[in-house]
Amino acid sequence: MKQIEKELVIIGGGPAGLAAAVAAYDKGQRDILILERDCALGGILRQCIHNGFGLHRFGEELTGPEYAHRYVEMVSARGIPYMTETMVTELFPDRTVIARNAEMGIFEIRAGAVILAMGCRERPKGALGIAGARPAGIYTAGTAQKFVNVKGMMPGREVVILGSGDIGLIMARRMTLEGARVKAVCELMPYSGGLARNIEQCLNDFNIPLLLSHTVVDIHGKERLEAVTVARVDESRRPIAGTEQTILCDTLLLSCGLIPENELTAMAGIPIDRVTGGARVNGNRESAIPGIFACGNVLHVHDLVDYVSEEAAIAGEAAVRFLRGEEKNERISVSVKTDGRVRYTVPQLLTEAKDTRLYFRVSDVFRDKSIVLSAGGKVFYEKKALKLAPGEMETVTVKAEWLKEIREGTLSIGLADKRRTSK
Amino acid sequence: MLDGIIIGDGVIGGMIARELTAWGAAVAILDKENDVAMGATRANSAIVHAGFDAKEGTLKARLNVRGSEMMEDVCRALGVKYKRNGSLVVGFSDEDKETLLALKARGEKNGVKALSLLDREALLKCEPNVGDNVTCALLAGTGAIVCPYELCIAAIGNAMDNGAALYLNFEVSAIERTKEGYRVTAADGRTLEGAFVVNCAGVYSDKIAAMIGGASFTVTPRRGEYILLDKGAGHTVTHTVFRCPSKMGKGILVTPTVDGNLLLGPTAENISDKSDVRTTKEGLARVRAQAGEQVKNIDFSKSITTFAGLRSVGSTGDFIIGAAAPRFINVAGIESPGLSAAPAIAEYVRELLIKEGVSLKKRADFHPFRRPMHEFAYMSNEEKNEVIKKDPAYAHVICRCETVSEGEILSALRQNPKPTDVDGVKRRTRSGMGRCQGGFCAPYITELIAKELGVDETEVTKFGKGSKMNVGYTKK
Repeated sequence: MKQIEKELVIIGGGPAGLAAAVAAYDKGQRDILILERDCALGGILRQCIHNGFGLHRFGEELTGPEYAHRYVEMVSARGIPYMTETMVTELFPDRTVIARNAEMGIFEIRAGAVILAMGCRERPKGALGIAGARPAGIYTAGTAQKFVNVKGMMPGREVVILGSGDIGLIMARRMTLEGARVKAVCELMPYSGGLARNIEQCLNDFNIPLLLSHTVVDIHGKERLEAVTVARVDESRRPIAGTEQTILCDTLLLSCGLIPENELTAMAGIPIDRVTGGARVNGNRESAIPGIFACGNVLHVHDLVDYVSEEAAIAGEAAVRFLRGEEKNERISVSVKTDGRVRYTVPQLLTEAKDTRLYFRVSDVFRDKSIVLSAGGKVFYEKKALKLAPGEMETVTVKAEWLKEIREGTLSIGLADKRRTSK
Repeated sequence: MLDGIIIGDGVIGGMIARELTAWGAAVAILDKENDVAMGATRANSAIVHAGFDAKEGTLKARLNVRGSEMMEDVCRALGVKYKRNGSLVVGFSDEDKETLLALKARGEKNGVKALSLLDREALLKCEPNVGDNVTCALLAGTGAIVCPYELCIAAIGNAMDNGAALYLNFEVSAIERTKEGYRVTAADGRTLEGAFVVNCAGVYSDKIAAMIGGASFTVTPRRGEYILLDKGAGHTVTHTVFRCPSKMGKGILVTPTVDGNLLLGPTAENISDKSDVRTTKEGLARVRAQAGEQVKNIDFSKSITTFAGLRSVGSTGDFIIGAAAPRFINVAGIESPGLSAAPAIAEYVRELLIKEGVSLKKRADFHPFRRPMHEFAYMSNEEKNEVIKKDPAYAHVICRCETVSEGEILSALRQNPKPTDVDGVKRRTRSGMGRCQGGFCAPYITELIAKELGVDETEVTKFGKGSKMNVGYTKK
């Protein structure tokens, strides 16, 4: 088995991996290697041919491939080495990486630092526990997106979509534009998990009904899908008897959640946050194992790629500081505690006394609340929020001076009732 | 004209085909589906039972014990994964303990070795995750696990490598007696003639038997629903954990699979439609509830798929194996422990055919061995590199969850019995059997199949017939 040494190894050549590589390079790091399992750099953006990417990062609307291309260009311009069709199969706590490709066979890389940027996968039908038949024609939205956008094939003509995550909404529009009839998008929750703009542009603009508080309770068809039965659900998300309706369709697309791909992370023994499904990290996006960082959808699922790039740059720069042994800020130890209304934050741990942006998601739709940061009974921050929804990631900046004051302990983040409100 | 025609390409048909090929018969195996192993073999508990369940003196008891003894060697020859993990039947009360003692006594009469009764303390030592209300268990050291479709594919592949023929999408519509034997006609008009017929058509074996007149039995499909968990949950138990049996079968079991997943199920529900493999909300809920009573700490968040299979429950209560007409052997009602008994059933059918006057003699040139389908996956990195050096396609990972390479997929596509659909590739290579359930690899597999078969990608199906993966192209 060939053995090589690299200062910085980045696992994944999607938006997170590429942005991390560029940031590391621009901070002076030269010995970098990006490992990408697919045949080209760009990750899932390669199949996201719709626009809406890059508004924050580049101040213009780009398609997924365009956004990816900007970063691929930056990587090429800097001459950052990468390998495609290269699959990492093992990761050890000492930052040894085992990978394979056609040219090198199975080989070992001893890395000074590792950035995890493997992205996420979609929750499959089996994990949803939907009963019924198992005919052809049931796909996750992303698989259908690959068939349509990359392979130019139509998975079906009469479509029902379960789950109103962004990929599901995007695919509702995409299938419609390709001549398919999208009969309904069913969402188990009383609100959509997707971006408001996607509801507007992908469903409302095409008169595709969004059935909130609805789910698929049965699947029909022995060879190809023939129909699904959908039903309304009650407040505890149980189907209500008597509300069933059968919708004829040949395709069911599932957009029911994304799961960070952390098999390598777990293999290395890195603690995983149960809520995000990604590593628990500090402000540098560094995991519990020094020198192993994570960013992008492998860390937590993002709604905007722009935030992925931002987060990846933090990880990329921090990895360089790690390799150089730099530490310029005061060390502290503050863990972030959420109140349940705030579902999670990234980072979960704050280890340096510097201004740190906390990314967070809420667990339900909330109106007229305030976001409160406090520690030891002292409120450091309070800001009114008119509307917060699980589909949209929020941010708040923790100031260095507050962290210096707290030093060790817990920083609580939560939502307080501004006044008596209807949820 | 063929020597023999075997109707049904499940694990029973497969083992019989291999046995008869080894004994010099030129046989054809035929099935109405697009691949082998599509009936009960596709979806069952994957257990090699020790042999204490069946009533002493029955064919079930005799062939189970004999088959269980033969299984390890058969699997070794065919390169099929087999693991003697031992099985436990757990009880929750003194009454259950009596049942377990009776089972132990029956097992001993059947000739089962290594049976012992454990109290809770002894049980916890060998299976720490056993449920809190379990008080006792029967341990069967000879209980084992095997992958049924892998065994079936390997047996048929090995028979084919030795000269047997396979006819798929061959739905038998008529069987006539001829001067020399039988003529079997398919719904699409194809015909085959053979001197003898073996009917091992699973839930349809009563219909096939009726085609030569006067079927003396019926077969009821008994649906069983299962939940499969990802490999991360595969270590929840090491033994196969059954619960005290009832008259509807052995109840829900919790077992590791030979591939390292955790399998829960099956329910038991007699139905009338012989092709209804739907899962139900109630059935899956029952699996979850009962499995949780036997075994604790099952992480249901690791569920990756649910499925159902049909067992062939014969009207006599025992396996129905015998000549219904000269040189026409029914092998019907092969419900549990059919998989365990499969090698012994094949041997028994061969003896019956000799009794029927079929001349069979062990071939000297029969090659009983087959290369393991998952050979590459189980190699050391050094060995894998030797393979990759010769064929770099083995370094190109197509299925990321199960780490299956293009080389392995192409090899499966070229090996008997050749798959022609996505599920067929899945059963042979495990591509698409992991956490994402084919979400990432299905488009690649579709492309590889189309290329290998020389057909348009839109022609590729999930499991034959009308199960197309895609219905056409996007707008030009």
